[in-house]
Amino acid sequence: MDFSFVLGQSITQALGVTAIIYCLAAMGLNLQFGYTGLLNFGQVAFAAIGAYSIGVIVISFGASLWAAIPIGLVASVALALVLGIPTLRLRADYLAIVTIATSEIIRLMVRSIALRDTFGGANGINGKMGQAFHDLNPFHADIDLPFLTWTRQDLWVVTVGWSLIAIFTLATWLLVRSPWGRVVKGIREDENAVVSLGKNAYVYKMQALILGGLLGTVGGIVWAVAKQSVQPDNFVPDVTFFSYTILLLGGAARVFGPIVGAIIFWFLLVFVGEFLNQMIAAGWITFLLPTDIGPIRFILVGLGLMGLMIFRPQGMFGDKRELALDAR
Amino acid sequence: MPANGQRALAAQSALATVPRVPGASKPDPILVASSIVRRFGGLSAVDVAHVEVQRGSITALIGPNGAGKTTFFNLLTGFDAPDEGAWSFNGRSMGRLSPYRVARLGMVRTFQLTKALNRLRVIDNMLLGAKGQRGERLWASIFPFLWRGQEAKNTERADVLLKRFSLDAKRGDFAGSLSGGQRKLLEMARALMSEPELIMLDEPMAGVNPALTQSLLQHIKMIREEGSTVLFVEHDMDMVHDISDWVIVMAQGKIIAEGPPGDVMKNPEVIDAYLGSRHEKALTESGESLTTGENK
Repeated sequence: MDFSFVLGQSITQALGVTAIIYCLAAMGLNLQFGYTGLLNFGQVAFAAIGAYSIGVIVISFGASLWAAIPIGLVASVALALVLGIPTLRLRADYLAIVTIATSEIIRLMVRSIALRDTFGGANGINGKMGQAFHDLNPFHADIDLPFLTWTRQDLWVVTVGWSLIAIFTLATWLLVRSPWGRVVKGIREDENAVVSLGKNAYVYKMQALILGGLLGTVGGIVWAVAKQSVQPDNFVPDVTFFSYTILLLGGAARVFGPIVGAIIFWFLLVFVGEFLNQMIAAGWITFLLPTDIGPIRFILVGLGLMGLMIFRPQGMFGDKRELALDAR
Repeated sequence: MPANGQRALAAQSALATVPRVPGASKPDPILVASSIVRRFGGLSAVDVAHVEVQRGSITALIGPNGAGKTTFFNLLTGFDAPDEGAWSFNGRSMGRLSPYRVARLGMVRTFQLTKALNRLRVIDNMLLGAKGQRGERLWASIFPFLWRGQEAKNTERADVLLKRFSLDAKRGDFAGSLSGGQRKLLEMARALMSEPELIMLDEPMAGVNPALTQSLLQHIKMIREEGSTVLFVEHDMDMVHDISDWVIVMAQGKIIAEGPPGDVMKNPEVIDAYLGSRHEKALTESGESLTTGENK
């Protein structure tokens, strides 16, 4: 059994493209849920909008990637407005219902046969949609460190991805410690109290929904550019729930929560999977087949997360005193 | 009780000549409401023909449970919409205005169930009350140099208020860790941060221990001395008697009596509304029947 391989894979994935995508989605949820108290259960819809904007505009319409990115961001704002205008005046649960439904509507729409010419149906869109980005790659060789192995392409995506995360984390930090952040946190605690002090809560909630959605969309764009392929069944509601898991794991309403959460989540998931794989290959585990690993690693990681929620409910970074106030 | 200040005397002398009838017009009303009706199904929760609130006074809105006092508050502050009626604040018509606009115009309310923002620190609760903050705009918020100066001024003002309300020791604590009475104080102080012309307090004394009640009363009087108008809902007749310049009595959605506290509490209609028609005692200290009621 090759333990260093298991470890290497886990570290590579924990810092890799997928972790970056989920980290961006969770950063969006942090703004929406962690700070403003908005229950967006359709974050994957924002990611899908980003990914499909790239796929459709670059591959189906043959336009430039640099045109596709701003169009994707505009589409994301439009989606947030469509979701927010009818629901943000209502109780929090309505946004939750509408967003989860919308995320499925979008997935089913892009995989429909009727729109196959544009969205590619169940096969999605495949092609060199991120080429314009990869052409800028300054790296000349793959990276092959003891615990870190990336192709030249992945290395470039990872570099830009973590840089974006650093910039957005700084922006989030500035936002949430400003008077603007105070208002949205107030809305999370009690919207009517904030309204009674002359703040237009509706506008703040809309701003948070748009900003959080944009972060999810950037995640989707990274997805399309890095994987050069978008498929409808990548954008199932699970993505949203993993993002929430990551957020809670790191600690909601903590600026660094999503980063820590994403790294730990993907490390654990890959580690458990690879570890079981090696155990089976070495003949140490005989009652499992390699095909069982997929579900079992989720069961084990799920148990671990339950343990975390029981023994450290505030997440890695949270403040336990703050959480205790909820019980009142 | 310390002596009432100048504003108290001014308010009381201005109100001295006002007839003691429901809907009486005041010499200098800050708030005027006419034919306000709010129905819940078949029930008219509020059906107010006419009411005025004198500027610079402490006016109490009293009435038995279910009289429609809080509903009336909600209507006036935009948190609920009436089926009929119009009202004006400082001469400006207020119908159908969103609650945040009502607050911006200088009519700020508190809530019966205190709304301290639990996971915000006490000082942040206070700062949230300040009006016209540049840093509350999304684009400006990420450039601290645009709002830092204003924030420092607001913080200074907040600290003065916290000291006055004896919450300065709790400045850095989460509001959720305060006691019930402290939360009432915080909510009132926070409302004052917005420098309201009319502050509407929904049962400021409910659930507050007697020692703190005295200091709350002093704070309310102080608000008047600083030139604001206070309209408050209360059950406890002794409190009302102690601090209000004028009392408006609601029962079953209607205004049934108005007048200075002494007069109102002797009014047989008011005693009927509170205690049923066979009761003969007065409603204040001598007749303790009421204070043993819902708040104690």
